[in-house]
Amino acid sequence: MIAIGLEGSANKLGVGIISHPSPGKPAIILSNIRHTFVSPPGEGFLPKDTAKHHRSWVVSLVKQAMAEAGVSTRDIDCICYTKGPGMGAPLQSVAVAARMLSLLWGKELVGVNHCVGHIEMGREITGAQNPVVLYVSGGNTQVIAYAEQRYRIFGEALDIAVGNCLDRFARTLEISNDPAPGYNIEQLAKKGKVLLDLPYAVKGMDCSFSGILASIDILAAELKANPEQRDPITGEIITTADLCFTLQEIVYAMLVEITERAMAHVGSDQVLIVGGVGCNERLQEMMGLMANDRGGSVFATDERFCIDNGIMIAHAGLLAYETGFRTPLEESTCTQRFRTDEVFIKWRD
Amino acid sequence: MTAQIQEIPPIPQAAPLEPPVPPKSSNLLPVTFQNDPAPPELIAQGAEALLYRTTYLLPSIPCALKYRPSKPYRHPILDTRLTKHRILSEARVLVKCRKEGVPVPAVYALDEKAGWLMFEWIEGEVVRVRLNEWLRRRKGVEGGIQLGEEYLRALMRRIGSALGRMHGIGIVHGDLTTSNMMLRPSKNEAVSAAGGSETEDQILDGDIVLIDFGLASQGTQDEDRAVDLYVLERAFASTHPRAEPLFSEVLDAYGKSFKGAHIVLKKLEDVRMRGRKRSMLG
Repeated sequence: MIAIGLEGSANKLGVGIISHPSPGKPAIILSNIRHTFVSPPGEGFLPKDTAKHHRSWVVSLVKQAMAEAGVSTRDIDCICYTKGPGMGAPLQSVAVAARMLSLLWGKELVGVNHCVGHIEMGREITGAQNPVVLYVSGGNTQVIAYAEQRYRIFGEALDIAVGNCLDRFARTLEISNDPAPGYNIEQLAKKGKVLLDLPYAVKGMDCSFSGILASIDILAAELKANPEQRDPITGEIITTADLCFTLQEIVYAMLVEITERAMAHVGSDQVLIVGGVGCNERLQEMMGLMANDRGGSVFATDERFCIDNGIMIAHAGLLAYETGFRTPLEESTCTQRFRTDEVFIKWRD
Repeated sequence: MTAQIQEIPPIPQAAPLEPPVPPKSSNLLPVTFQNDPAPPELIAQGAEALLYRTTYLLPSIPCALKYRPSKPYRHPILDTRLTKHRILSEARVLVKCRKEGVPVPAVYALDEKAGWLMFEWIEGEVVRVRLNEWLRRRKGVEGGIQLGEEYLRALMRRIGSALGRMHGIGIVHGDLTTSNMMLRPSKNEAVSAAGGSETEDQILDGDIVLIDFGLASQGTQDEDRAVDLYVLERAFASTHPRAEPLFSEVLDAYGKSFKGAHIVLKKLEDVRMRGRKRSMLG
């Protein structure tokens, strides 16, 4: 069976086409393309501009994805789209496009939970069987494990998501949003050495980032006012690279800690990292060190699958479609709030 | 809009990342205990700490040794800061609880620089194990969970009032799960259990002892107390989904356990809403 997936819950518009040859066989990716709306330095992406971006690109992306996959509309079994969670206006634009395709081609719709899309694609690509999942992106921070037909959330950010904390700090520093603010922070952090004092906010398996963002913003303002500050221990001049380094070291240590706690709690030794922040090599490295200490292993994917994409929506949608799930046209809505644990995972034991 | 359409080549690959292999920590024991003639026995590896059973103090007194080895993934400065802070605050909290009559293990000794804390050995098992065992046995019986519901309710109420007592004296646990509570056999039960085989419902008997105060703090803010309950509520729902409907018993007993508990329960509703309403973009 073949499905096309449309994703546009944030600033990436992704279209992917996947084929599930037969049960038990690995999925085949026929095409997976995306186009990113990049806002100027110092600014985030606004819903209305992002929605406009998606509307103007969706047709050409679908055409290109179909051409690359070498399939015709007759080969497609269902049209999968992101039902939520995400930003309202971009979600609506993509849902409208999906409905249009459904009517035009006479194919059924499948609304997909974005988070479940990430998890299922991560499992498919890495082959991780039953991992503890760390889902970290611009809008989500969750530690998830599967139990009894649901992806259950063991821990999550109590305020802003980790990616949002990083993105907003990139705005404070006014560094480029191209290709992604988090990527540019990561590159700057590689040059940092001095660990500054920041709060560390872990509560059980939950964590909090807004206080950390406020503190690092204060440090950045102080540095701007007085660029000659030196580290009291080493005597080295403090730079913005040190700020990025500190921020990464602290927030990733928190993420690894809550993941380790969840692993100890459920007795699992596999970790799967998904979501845009999951591309960060420092996070992957730290997670690897932790897993190694526990005799376990880390599974991660690269930017093709970590960052929002259409193929994960197609994959998770097709898994649901194969179990008989359909989204009738009248119910093909989207929603900004759609928790991971609301989805009934019929396709797993 | 500067980006071009990004080509994403379709090469699925199934390689777990191989982390650079550091030498396996050779000292999984603090130096002080490495030459102990009766070496401490490793009981559990938690997320942050190793738990040993040792007779280091006196052969007749078993004690628990909690060791926080340094974490290779953490920056050394952060690691030292967290370890020291957590050992000291855990000890302070335990001492305070003990003094005020909250059921916790007694502190015997510590060395915050070396990262260890020694305290009273608690007999029994953690609630998670007992509860899951009970649910497992009940699952086989027709209407089993309903039949034994009163035992489960009683357990939940004991949990609720223990938490209430702890919050009442100004302690917030910070990591409440069913793995961080023990069921210690009461004195008279120990006799009866030795006499005959354990019945299903006796699995849930015993006194609640709260353990693992590694993330605990002292404070009387309703917000912190409510988050404490929220953490447990979610841990409960994800660990024992079948017993979740009875979680209200915990809150009910909690509400009666100290003055001001009802304000915390009110706050808990806010915290829950925040948890579920949080915008989850991207």
